[in-house]
Amino acid sequence: MSNRVVLALVGAVGLAAFPGVSAYATKKNADTARQFFKQVTADQKIIQALSRLTYGPRPGDVQQVKAMGLKKWIELQLHPESIPENPLLAEKLKTLDTLTMSSGDMVQNYPTPQLVRQMVNGQVPFPTDPDRKLLLTKLVEKYEKKQAAGGNAVAPQPNMPDVKALAEILTPQQIRSLRVGTPEQRMQAFLAIPKDKQDDVIAALPGIRQAIFPLAPPELRRRIDMASGPQQLVARDLAEGKLLRAVYSNRQLDEVLTDFWFNHFNIYLDKGADRYLVTEYERDVIRPHVLGKFKDLLEATAKSPAMLFYLDNWQSVGPNSPQLRGAKKGTRGLNENYGRELLELHTLGVDGGYTQKDVTEAARCFTGWTILQPQRGGTFSFNKRVHDDGEKTVLGVTIPAGGGQSDGEKVLDIVARNPATARFISKKLAMRFVADEPPATLVDRMAETFKKTDGDLRAVMKTMLESKEFWSQGAYQSKLKSPLEMVASAVRAASGEIDYAFPLANQVGQLGQPLYRKQEPTGYSNSSKEWLNSGGLLARMNFAVQLADNKVPGVKVNPAQSAALGLGSPEFQKR
Amino acid sequence: MPTRRFFLRNSALAMVGAGTTPLWLERALYASDAPSQRKKILVAIFQRGAADGLNVVVPHGDPAYYKLRPNISIPRPTADPAKAADAAIDLDGFFGLNPALSPLKPLFDQKHLAIVDAVGSPDPTRSHFDAQDYMESGTPGLKATQDGWMNRALPRATGKVSPVRAVSLGPVLPRAMRGPSPAIAMQTIDSFQVRNAEASKQFEQMYMGAKDPVIQAAGRDTFEAVALLQSIQKQQYTPASGASYPRGRFGQSLQQIAQLIKSNVGVEMAFADIGGWDHHVNEVGARPSVGVLANLLGEYGQALSAFWTDMGDRMSDVVVVTMSEFGRTAKENGNRGTDHGHANSMFVMGGDVKGGKVYGKWPGLEKEQLYEGRDLALTTDFRDVLGELVTSHLGNPSPKNVFPGCDPKFLGLV
Repeated sequence: MSNRVVLALVGAVGLAAFPGVSAYATKKNADTARQFFKQVTADQKIIQALSRLTYGPRPGDVQQVKAMGLKKWIELQLHPESIPENPLLAEKLKTLDTLTMSSGDMVQNYPTPQLVRQMVNGQVPFPTDPDRKLLLTKLVEKYEKKQAAGGNAVAPQPNMPDVKALAEILTPQQIRSLRVGTPEQRMQAFLAIPKDKQDDVIAALPGIRQAIFPLAPPELRRRIDMASGPQQLVARDLAEGKLLRAVYSNRQLDEVLTDFWFNHFNIYLDKGADRYLVTEYERDVIRPHVLGKFKDLLEATAKSPAMLFYLDNWQSVGPNSPQLRGAKKGTRGLNENYGRELLELHTLGVDGGYTQKDVTEAARCFTGWTILQPQRGGTFSFNKRVHDDGEKTVLGVTIPAGGGQSDGEKVLDIVARNPATARFISKKLAMRFVADEPPATLVDRMAETFKKTDGDLRAVMKTMLESKEFWSQGAYQSKLKSPLEMVASAVRAASGEIDYAFPLANQVGQLGQPLYRKQEPTGYSNSSKEWLNSGGLLARMNFAVQLADNKVPGVKVNPAQSAALGLGSPEFQKR
Repeated sequence: MPTRRFFLRNSALAMVGAGTTPLWLERALYASDAPSQRKKILVAIFQRGAADGLNVVVPHGDPAYYKLRPNISIPRPTADPAKAADAAIDLDGFFGLNPALSPLKPLFDQKHLAIVDAVGSPDPTRSHFDAQDYMESGTPGLKATQDGWMNRALPRATGKVSPVRAVSLGPVLPRAMRGPSPAIAMQTIDSFQVRNAEASKQFEQMYMGAKDPVIQAAGRDTFEAVALLQSIQKQQYTPASGASYPRGRFGQSLQQIAQLIKSNVGVEMAFADIGGWDHHVNEVGARPSVGVLANLLGEYGQALSAFWTDMGDRMSDVVVVTMSEFGRTAKENGNRGTDHGHANSMFVMGGDVKGGKVYGKWPGLEKEQLYEGRDLALTTDFRDVLGELVTSHLGNPSPKNVFPGCDPKFLGLV
């Protein structure tokens, strides 16, 4: 038989098989649908609750939930403020002081090299704390020296002393004792140096940082970290904070939801001024609303400097605004970025029935929503001079001319109350908490609650948690953990004690989910498929081996509870 | 006449029964197959974020381009050496390359680089996510498609195939490669292993026996590829002919792809992506040769050029094709940037490519010629380009199966 004939036969069989294939597919769908009505056992229900509403069960959690009663436990998780927080968490978060600062304070205390230079030159005031001032002054010396060495030679600033060479600070004996010996001996040698010289030593001898870091007390670690650039600490604190909360917080659902909603309204940390705006954004914009009204959450994001900066709205200028009327054409104008993502990603969803015209009209409504001093922490402000004050029509609703700031607020009202939003948000929650392809009947009921309660997210969660589908075999262990979920759940399962969390946060990045660093406004995928691939599986196995062998710096696990093979197994990758 | 290898494979299979071949034995079989494999290879590059095609391949012969972009256009080519660094590099009297892509000009001149312009997806979406999804599934407008075009395009396998036939560089397997045929993702060749031999063996057994069939399949593909790549991991890789890849993930990805291809482990499809093209603000800096677009294009062009140099003669087996989900508005926006648009440009590079030419029909940039009055119109479907490469280069006889609902019209690129 020639190849051609064989191919033809294959083709014919292929075609003939089609009705059969689709019949099979229908049957398979029916089977899948049935799985969402078969309930899991009482014990499995507890595991289901712990795997979906927390970052994974710790030893003893199942018994604890059993003793309390599942219903009561869920009720508490839905009211996080009623759960006493783990005192260990506060202790571990204490040194990460940017997490409690305003954006403005953070810019001052953890400045970029450019800003430090402005402080030195007297253009910007130094932070009031004298130690901080001294430290920053030293850092700028280093920065200037680096700049000069890099060929971008700037004239040496007359008011800045040179970086001290090590030989000027210490005796040869002292230098040797820092360079050789066990980490413990080197740490002793370092502590023997008078405190006022320690920062100079850190600056002059980068090698010492790595060696003594694991042994250093938290306060010294902070100084060591500062030496590699204060602005880096903002990002580190965020990532470490996320890990520590995921592992230690008693308010687990609150943490899971904060991550979910941050990701829904994603911001990329490395986009310019956003480096200093994300901390406040997650803490004051996202977190307070995760079990509140969707509209409040949406409005908070729309007015946050972080979002205004990330999606460029702060620079958008109405073509029909006072500033552009009579001005030279084509210098500044409308920017559609926020208008589009608001409709596509934040509210209606891409199939939510909007047009390009709606995007442009929404963008016109938001002109003038801008930021005062974005590089100094930023505050929301409405600038009438760049607002397009003409009439607009968004999704069929006319917004009369002359509304000013309220134009944007009206758009938020229109989209928050649109039924497409109720459905889009409900489906996304169901994908995170129930299954990659959640049953439409469940999504419908959640969307109904959303509409009836004016977008009460706690009520929507309740509808989901009271559904048969959530507690079904179709949902049980059907999701693949995201990298963050994998790392946090492994530490929790192994009773890990985190001393410093940065290496763990790095692991999450290596598994494919760099924290706060998803560049695209879509955020990370909610679907298991996204995380299932060869390289990712191997990285998970390697992490499991390292963690169980206590080779991940900054975390110690209990060897009795942490078989590498268990943490790297196929079953552990599911939740 | 059956070769020794043929005999070995068949008797081995007969010995243990079809479908239950032990992994070590399958490996021994590929290992003996591997060196003789020298198949055609397609490397696909995705520029995520919607690259501004009009500032990449500059239509300097169309006066409307300069009217639409008073602040961010790339000036017409010039003979004045003082200004050349900030002007388009002429290709054919009408189109020019962005000056940051100067490393690619020699390839165009040697006719190894072809450009297709006014090309893209016919779907009107301006959503990054949907447009990338459509371009990777190969089915614009259809969301239900489960697999990607690269997975469907793998030529029907005869006998046992290499576990690294389809390989993507990066932390996730791209949509374009997902599907029933095995495809793997790796961050780097070196990290593609379990760094503990004993644990590796045990994990392998666990994953082979996983209850979840999807994880089981992924596990099997993974460990087969791990076994195959062990030998390469021990070698130190030096790019040939002094090729210098730029720092950063994209350059590293292309270097790893070159290494894999040159190691003859059976790669037929490779994928890499480079993000950061969504230039709503300050796309072009104070001069055309500076700014975010110029920086990114510099990295991109240098990486492609290094890949060409590194691959040397082996480029006769390879075609590299680039794409981005859509183009950007023909008119600049209010912030020295551009918003989401429609048609774009694609690059096709390879030893056997009929290059030195800009393919496609230019639709013009006058108001009435623009798509929806604002974007470059589409005159070539991206599936025409990919369909031709899948068929004429990879030898897959049915581009219609790779791009269902489309009958790709070939441009004569290879």
